[in-house]
Amino acid sequence: MTSSGELPINGNGDVVLVRQEVRAAALEAGLSLVDQTKIVTAASELARNALVYAGGGRVRIEIVRNGVRAGLRLTFSDDGPGIPDIEQALVDGWTTGNGLGLGLSGSRRLVDEFDLRSAPGEGTLITVTKWAR
Amino acid sequence: MDRVPVLKLGDILIVSIQIDLQDQSVLALQEDLADKVVQTGARGVIIDITAVEIIDSFIGRMLSTIASITRLLDAETVVVGMRPAVAITLVELGLSLGGVRTALNLEKGVALLNHLDGARLAVAPR
Repeated sequence: MTSSGELPINGNGDVVLVRQEVRAAALEAGLSLVDQTKIVTAASELARNALVYAGGGRVRIEIVRNGVRAGLRLTFSDDGPGIPDIEQALVDGWTTGNGLGLGLSGSRRLVDEFDLRSAPGEGTLITVTKWAR
Repeated sequence: MDRVPVLKLGDILIVSIQIDLQDQSVLALQEDLADKVVQTGARGVIIDITAVEIIDSFIGRMLSTIASITRLLDAETVVVGMRPAVAITLVELGLSLGGVRTALNLEKGVALLNHLDGARLAVAPR
């Protein structure tokens, strides 16, 4: 790990800030333009999810290394109600809000590694990683 | 909150998105466009996203919604200038932007609207 920072997600303006910070870090990690766009889009979905479903949260942005490969790792955490059925939450089109139900399932397709930990009443922790090719 | 300006050129409304869109700005744009279409009797709307670096599911859904709203108000919406990386990401995200017409750039967008209008006049009763 070479650099890291944590950003709060408490309002719509923060979602925009998260996108900008993730874009800058993705560039620094050496991701291609398409991969930058994918991880920024995933970050936007996950930040909005934290806001809509948990009333807010935070994201840690880290540049990580695996041998010679660099990558970008984002860790979203919130203290919201948690997700009772993770498998169902990852199905395309499934939503308990009024969205399209693509936030979680779509984000998972946009990154290389996706880890979701959650339980009712215990908040949600989502870690995603995109590696430079 | 930043508001996206809506420009009028003949009977086409043109919106060029130059800011990093907040959800509120997107919702405001939807209402502004619906009002402007009725006020001006515009037959087409062009949304230029040349400067837009990402479209997530919220922004994508709003583009579809705007297209549906303007269609009900007798105006076609064409989205122009999508970046290749944005198109690739949208498809992988699982968003097809159903019902949204696209053109590569502003010029082709105007040509598409003219073509659609010509087709409409051809079948309209005289």
